[in-house]
Amino acid sequence: MRTCWESLGEYGLRALGREFGAPLLPRGLEITFCDQVILIGSGMMWNVYFGVLAILGGFCFATLLAVARLSANPLFSRPAAGFIFVFRGSPLFIQFFLAYEAFILLPRAGIEINLLFTTITAETRWLTRAWAGALFVLFLNTSAYSAHIFHGALRAVPKGDLEAADAYGMTGWRRFRRIIWPTMLRLAWPSYTNEAIFLFHATTLVYFSGFPAWQQSGDALYYARYFADQTFNPFVAYPIVAAYFVGATLILIALFGAVNRRLNRHLPRENRPKLRYRPQLIR
Amino acid sequence: MFSFCVDPSILPQWQWFACYLTSGTHLAFYWAFLVVLALILLAAPAALLFGFGGALAARSRVPPVRWLGVGYISMVRGIPDIIFFLFVPIAMDQGIEYLVHHVRCPDWTEPIRQGTDFIVCPQAKVPLNDAARWVHDAYAFVLAVVAFAIVFGAFAANTLYGAMSAVPRAQIETGEAYGMTPRQTFRRILLPQMWIYALPGLSNLWMILIKATPLLFLLGIRDVVFWARELGGAKTAQFYAYPHPDWRVWYFLALLVVYLLVTWASEKVFERIMTRLNTGQATAGGERLRRTKAAA
Amino acid sequence: MKMTRRLILAGVAMVLAAGAASAQQVIRMGTEGAYPPFNYINDAGELAGFEIDLGNELCERAGLTCEWVINDWDTIIPNLVSGNYDTIMAGMSITEARAEVIAFTRNYKFSDPSGYMALAGTDASVIETGVIAAQSNTVQAGLVADGSATLIEFPTPDETISAVRNGEADAVLADSEFLTPFVDESDGELVFIGGEVTPGQGIGMGLRQSDTELRTTFDEAIAGMREDGSLNALLKQWFGEEVPTF
Repeated sequence: MRTCWESLGEYGLRALGREFGAPLLPRGLEITFCDQVILIGSGMMWNVYFGVLAILGGFCFATLLAVARLSANPLFSRPAAGFIFVFRGSPLFIQFFLAYEAFILLPRAGIEINLLFTTITAETRWLTRAWAGALFVLFLNTSAYSAHIFHGALRAVPKGDLEAADAYGMTGWRRFRRIIWPTMLRLAWPSYTNEAIFLFHATTLVYFSGFPAWQQSGDALYYARYFADQTFNPFVAYPIVAAYFVGATLILIALFGAVNRRLNRHLPRENRPKLRYRPQLIR
Repeated sequence: MFSFCVDPSILPQWQWFACYLTSGTHLAFYWAFLVVLALILLAAPAALLFGFGGALAARSRVPPVRWLGVGYISMVRGIPDIIFFLFVPIAMDQGIEYLVHHVRCPDWTEPIRQGTDFIVCPQAKVPLNDAARWVHDAYAFVLAVVAFAIVFGAFAANTLYGAMSAVPRAQIETGEAYGMTPRQTFRRILLPQMWIYALPGLSNLWMILIKATPLLFLLGIRDVVFWARELGGAKTAQFYAYPHPDWRVWYFLALLVVYLLVTWASEKVFERIMTRLNTGQATAGGERLRRTKAAA
Repeated sequence: MKMTRRLILAGVAMVLAAGAASAQQVIRMGTEGAYPPFNYINDAGELAGFEIDLGNELCERAGLTCEWVINDWDTIIPNLVSGNYDTIMAGMSITEARAEVIAFTRNYKFSDPSGYMALAGTDASVIETGVIAAQSNTVQAGLVADGSATLIEFPTPDETISAVRNGEADAVLADSEFLTPFVDESDGELVFIGGEVTPGQGIGMGLRQSDTELRTTFDEAIAGMREDGSLNALLKQWFGEEVPTF
């Protein structure tokens, strides 16, 4: 029997690849409780990786999308609306599958981009790997959901705020940066927190549809399923991964709560909106 | 299906496709759409029921009941639904068989868990081993509906809990001023009023349910995703009458279109309902309606 | 994957003409339905394949009423031990790891040699150094994980083939029987590379370890079919003349 300490050494970083620990996963009867806790925890690294990067990237793109969606110019608003509709209207499960199939259709050698004076070859192969391809899909998906939230918030920016900006002679980018954007964030933040939570939960779908696991390195759910298959006992592995997610979600809520307090720090205490959990989004 | 389908290998293209798309497996695929639809139509009210119970429990003045309700609601907050689906049905299935075992076979001496084996007496099998196939299918279906209802009932509970708190306090006070008991204010004032506040959340719940259906195959339902995978996979001429390369991408594209259509149609329907419910309500939506009417 | 994944539709329920034989218990037989020629769903939406024919014959000889249940490969053993069906006939190799959890009958087919299939022109050295696709939780996946090649796992056999076609993997390791039609019908695009390996100790029927009685029954039925040559006839019918027979 391995001790917990040995498990930590062998499997603590195993999710990164077989070079980062024992090449083989524990099998059958030799699986200890510690193995399960440690290996599933190791897989959580991928969930955090997907979650953090997709949320950060999605936040920026969603702002652009929301502004485009609100634009009076149909050249901007139509594509933005279409993008939001497609990604919000279909299950993430199917998006993952189709994206993976699309990525493997890309030419193996890469795409040649001709820039008049020189030719750049864009590598496409890594897109079929979960760390890039799945991240890209999650990024697009959360962008669509967040853009929907931001779009609603932009429309709800009080008219008085805009008039005040006009009175100060603010226009264009300055007006957006100083007045519209902060107000939009403030209004959207409670819903956006929920979106972030759901996106984080959706990272469990990565190795579940489409993207294959390489070298037996996957996310927390991949290992939980591996253990459930190996020990034929779902009553240990799944509660472990559930506990990890509860913990991670609490941390996420604390972070978003801190941002919420900062966004609303100018308001008298009793007027500050509380973060209330409203499950509006799922994939 | 068609009389010319006897030997598909010699058919011209359009006839080949006509036969291919009406083969036994494809009919099962189309049937799966109905099964999934039936399932969400059943799961939605069931989830609402669970949600109503959860919301009531969370408002209860008895602490243990309240904790139960709040615990149920916050369950969805922390745990991805997939993990529930991997776990809840097997737990339910074994739990039911365990209980039935103790009722029907009190004299059974052998342990239920022998190593990894989970063994209950034959009479405690749910459904019985010799039950007709449709009974097994129906049981799996019911189990899936209940699993959906439990998980998404927590979403509904959250929405309804919020809606109950959103009904203006003054309305309830008015009821109390008329000498109504708490029970009466709940039934006559809170309950009829809360729906307008709950509807946006409930329409979301419907969308959530639709978009969660690709996970049905986890619950042992031969759903559309299962068949799309099965039918789309490459088929060799040695064993199949309709050999073809890997066509999964087309099947999944078709699924994507169907999902987009269903969500689009649902959105339209909910917009209609919302307009109707908003009429004459003391909400922002009602106010907007009043104004546009006044302006017209 | 879930454990209750119960048998929805498909299978061929066979009620046998065993007359008023003793209070018959229905034996539920689990299979994957996605692994021709062992077991697959044919165009009519019914289960077919070597194991389906064999299983039906075995049940008839043992005087049992059998009903087929389709189950996902990933959870095929968990569902057996939790009692959702009573046997597994799914081209399952008898291995020590599996024998720790479930019991096997004597084998009804010799171990399939496994082969590496790759796109034409692939060098055989990828077996040691390349990316090898395999279905997860198979003996082949275990074999690749033990070696030096990079393992890439897919939940269904179909996806492993696609991975080779689109270059995601250099080769796929699977039963040669399963791969042969793909090679034959690919017009030279797909080829076998390297030699064959033979994991496992034959293919047998899996049962719960506590079901000793049922195991004896099926063991006897298999022995009977081995002796009178009917098993060999079935093997030849599904796998061709060259298949190793008993």
